[in-house]
Amino acid sequence: MKHRHPTASPTAKSLLSAALFAALAAALAAAVLTTGPAAAESAKEPVKFSGAPVRVGEINSYTGLPAFTIPYRQGWQLALEEINAQGGVIGCCELQVVSRDDAGKPDDAVRVAQELVTNEAVDVLAGTYFSHIGLAVADFAARNKVPFVAAEPLTDAITWAKGNRYTFRLRPSTYMQAAMLVEEAAKLPAKRWATVAPNYEYGQSAVAWFKQLLKEKRPDVEFVAEQWPAQGKLEAGPTVQALAAAKPDAIFNVTFGADLAKFVREGEGRGLFRNRKVVSLLTGEPEYLEPMKDEAPEGWIVTGYPWEQIDTPAHKAFVAAYTARFKESPKAGSIVGYTTMKAVAAAITKAKSSNAEPIVDALAGLTFDSPVGPVTFRASDHQATMGTYVGTTTVKDGRGTMKDWHYADGANYLPPDDVARKMRPAE
Amino acid sequence: MSFLLVQALSGLATAATLFLVSSGLTIVFGVTRIVNFAHGSFYMVGAYAGWSLIERFGGTPAGFWGSVAAAALAMGVLGAAMEIGLLRRLYRSPELFQLLGTFGVVLVVQDLTAWAWGPEDLLGRRASGLKGSIDILDQPFPLYDLVLIGLGPLVLGLLWLLFNRTRWGTLVRAATQDREMTSALGVDPARLFTGVLFLGCALAGLGGALQVPREAVTLQMDVAIVVEAFVVVVVGGMGSLTGAFLASLLIGQLQAFGILVFPQITLVIVFLFMAVVLVLRPHGLLGRAEEMPPTAPATVTVPLSRGRHAGVWALALLAVMAAAPLVAGDYALILLTEVVILALFAASLHLLIGLGGLVSFGHAAWFGLGAYGSALLVKHMDAPMPLALAGAPVLAGLGALVAGWFCVRRSGLYFAMLTLAFAQIVWSIAFQWYAVTGGDNGILGVWPSAWAAGKAAYYWLTLALCGGALWLLRRAAFAPFGYALRAGRDSGLRAESVGIDVRRFQWMAFVLAGAAAGLAGGLYAFAKGSVFPTLLAVPQSVDALVMVLMGGIQTVAGPLAGAAVFHLLESEVMSMTDWWRLVLGLIIVALVLVFPKGIVGFLSGLRSSFGRRRA
Repeated sequence: MKHRHPTASPTAKSLLSAALFAALAAALAAAVLTTGPAAAESAKEPVKFSGAPVRVGEINSYTGLPAFTIPYRQGWQLALEEINAQGGVIGCCELQVVSRDDAGKPDDAVRVAQELVTNEAVDVLAGTYFSHIGLAVADFAARNKVPFVAAEPLTDAITWAKGNRYTFRLRPSTYMQAAMLVEEAAKLPAKRWATVAPNYEYGQSAVAWFKQLLKEKRPDVEFVAEQWPAQGKLEAGPTVQALAAAKPDAIFNVTFGADLAKFVREGEGRGLFRNRKVVSLLTGEPEYLEPMKDEAPEGWIVTGYPWEQIDTPAHKAFVAAYTARFKESPKAGSIVGYTTMKAVAAAITKAKSSNAEPIVDALAGLTFDSPVGPVTFRASDHQATMGTYVGTTTVKDGRGTMKDWHYADGANYLPPDDVARKMRPAE
Repeated sequence: MSFLLVQALSGLATAATLFLVSSGLTIVFGVTRIVNFAHGSFYMVGAYAGWSLIERFGGTPAGFWGSVAAAALAMGVLGAAMEIGLLRRLYRSPELFQLLGTFGVVLVVQDLTAWAWGPEDLLGRRASGLKGSIDILDQPFPLYDLVLIGLGPLVLGLLWLLFNRTRWGTLVRAATQDREMTSALGVDPARLFTGVLFLGCALAGLGGALQVPREAVTLQMDVAIVVEAFVVVVVGGMGSLTGAFLASLLIGQLQAFGILVFPQITLVIVFLFMAVVLVLRPHGLLGRAEEMPPTAPATVTVPLSRGRHAGVWALALLAVMAAAPLVAGDYALILLTEVVILALFAASLHLLIGLGGLVSFGHAAWFGLGAYGSALLVKHMDAPMPLALAGAPVLAGLGALVAGWFCVRRSGLYFAMLTLAFAQIVWSIAFQWYAVTGGDNGILGVWPSAWAAGKAAYYWLTLALCGGALWLLRRAAFAPFGYALRAGRDSGLRAESVGIDVRRFQWMAFVLAGAAAGLAGGLYAFAKGSVFPTLLAVPQSVDALVMVLMGGIQTVAGPLAGAAVFHLLESEVMSMTDWWRLVLGLIIVALVLVFPKGIVGFLSGLRSSFGRRRA
């Protein structure tokens, strides 16, 4: 059966379409050929700056993982406003940030990084959440000799096996967080352990480190079951049942986000956590704990961020400024974003330059103040000593939080400088 | 023993949700032949709407179930609105064009949902009255899951009654079997289709709302479910409700017991199962041959025109593009390099879709295999760039040779889903085989040799290689090979009867398309410097499909224009606004409505109509 197609005659509609098409084509051509920088997103300018602005290109998975990255963005926005209100960097220059979404894809991230470097003339790159995207941008940074402060990717490879001169990482790595938890896990009487972790590098290396480090401290433990759900697709019922069937004394959990909520709900429903200790990575972070409200798990040993209980002056000031600015409580992402931008500013000021090499030299060994206390980027492996909070989950006033927590300083959970240096490729 | 029973029950609860969602999809597809990518979006919005309602009214059992029903109905209304506002205008377009429209809807819905409900995961209340668990042979089992297990067969029964005991159902079945005959008998297909979309989307919404007591509602739910729903539909046999039910049950059990034997299998088990079923049974478990969908370009009037002075135009375009480095900056050159690579990628898919009538949902497999081919040669053998680039089409071609042998034995959506299964299997290998592929952390440091390291040099290299490959593809399209392929597309029987071995030609086309996509992948690897499993994943396949459809499948130039427009739009809109998915989705929907034949199809239509006026 044949149809006469409506566009086969030059009707008004097709002329309209032609105009539309022409406009679209023109817009595209203009978009490709423009090389001038677009309007930068910068804060209000209460201070007069004497020097040229220093520009930071910021990349993160704002559409891919908004639950974590939106608080992160608010964090660095707050830091940026504070920095510029206090006279900018090097005491003369405004810090400008151009922010981009990477859509959760490493190849998009590399293209965006290129655009930031060539079109927006940024001096420093920062950001990223997913490990593979962090690694892709790190590789780009090394090739193009641009300093890159990786904010959130947790993979050990970014500072060790695939580390490079231009890349520095802020958050405590998978290894560090696993080591912090092992310290607590080793104190438990549990001998039979089961693990559940998302089936990708983060989950796998977390479990591998946990097993290795725990066995070193407690040769008597055995690992009796492991589950590897696909990230975001945990089949909660069968997974919980399979773990319970192995009759472990304790469980090490690495799932997070929506998977975690499913796991907790189904696990409670099926009695998996009855008389069992659970040690769990990142679960104490408000991003993951708060959505569970009063169903947040009780008594899990976790790494996290009990923001409302930390009462150092620096941290209280941060929380006050953040809640005043955004009318919501800070998340773990907020403090990471905030500290990232402060680290970048500190490095530029220390380097007294917006050029790549001086900034990289300044970043190695840089010590700066953060809401959690002073943090140093180790010169040996470019890992920051920023730590995290280790404690026990509990439910208070209908929401999940942490108790009996302490700050685990990252410096205490890193291998010595010479060991770390050996894990990095030769420069 | 009791453990195995409870594990089986857990699998049944999973199956129930899967069935609700996929039953809607199979009904919509069976009647309208629309490959509705947006089905998962209705599931997601159904879950969000359900969450809001249950938070407010879910304190009592009546409130809870009322909320679920209201969310489902609301999704039905939205689905009907999508039919009236968008799909209805596209029934005269090539079959797959609606797919592009629904893809635009997916993007729009993602951003609107994020805007309306915020970025955080939302954990809803548990179902009122069903909060606890009961002991089954000493194993605690959630009450709510038991209810879900019962709901599956209940919905199946109700749907059976609807389709077999009501006039409307009879009409829908009639339209499923012969759409044109039904409308010739005086049934208004538009109204029927609106009703079907209502029903299908309401079922998706019901599935979503019922998830609220079980899991957190997130912005990633849509993509996660839609692929699995397609698998269920195809495994069960398209248009077959009982088949979808059976397939859901089997997949639920496979997932429940698969993780006991081999926990890492979660990544790929569903697709392995689909591949096995499709290799053994051409129409899924319970599908029938007569319900086979027609192949893609059934309404093409002029199959493929050679175009006047096409060679001159192509050379002129090549000359202009080769001169680009004189004026364009570094970033513009990088964008152009990507456009050229993606043009080859899209053109290779167009060879299958446009000439062969073979719609592939897994074309990223060959693009990614090419990229991995190059990267592995560089990483493990220290190969120089030219050798690594040569390896790309070889590895991809070999992969396509193996997969193609199985795929060309199926047609329509069965073919499409089998290609997807192979793509997912390749993806999971790249994702899991750390020692060789680096797993999800990929392979880094795949940079071009020194002589091609400059942006302009690499651009010219890409232009030369892709230009050559595109010229070869065009030659193939107008060679006897291409005509034989088109004969097989338009009438397989007649082609066979004049002695064309259709299957062999399709297989050759599959390998050629795979190798061409592989070359594009190899070039892409060196352009980016790194390779990740995302290059093999579903979104990459969807991008290719979108590019081909956007450009229009009836012209050879279509995919090139489609690749250029889509990639430039995406990258520019992405850097301009946070709401780029909304903008991009709206543009796609507008393009679909304004250019129902694709961009190049529209332009050539315009030219021929102006020509007629002058004559």
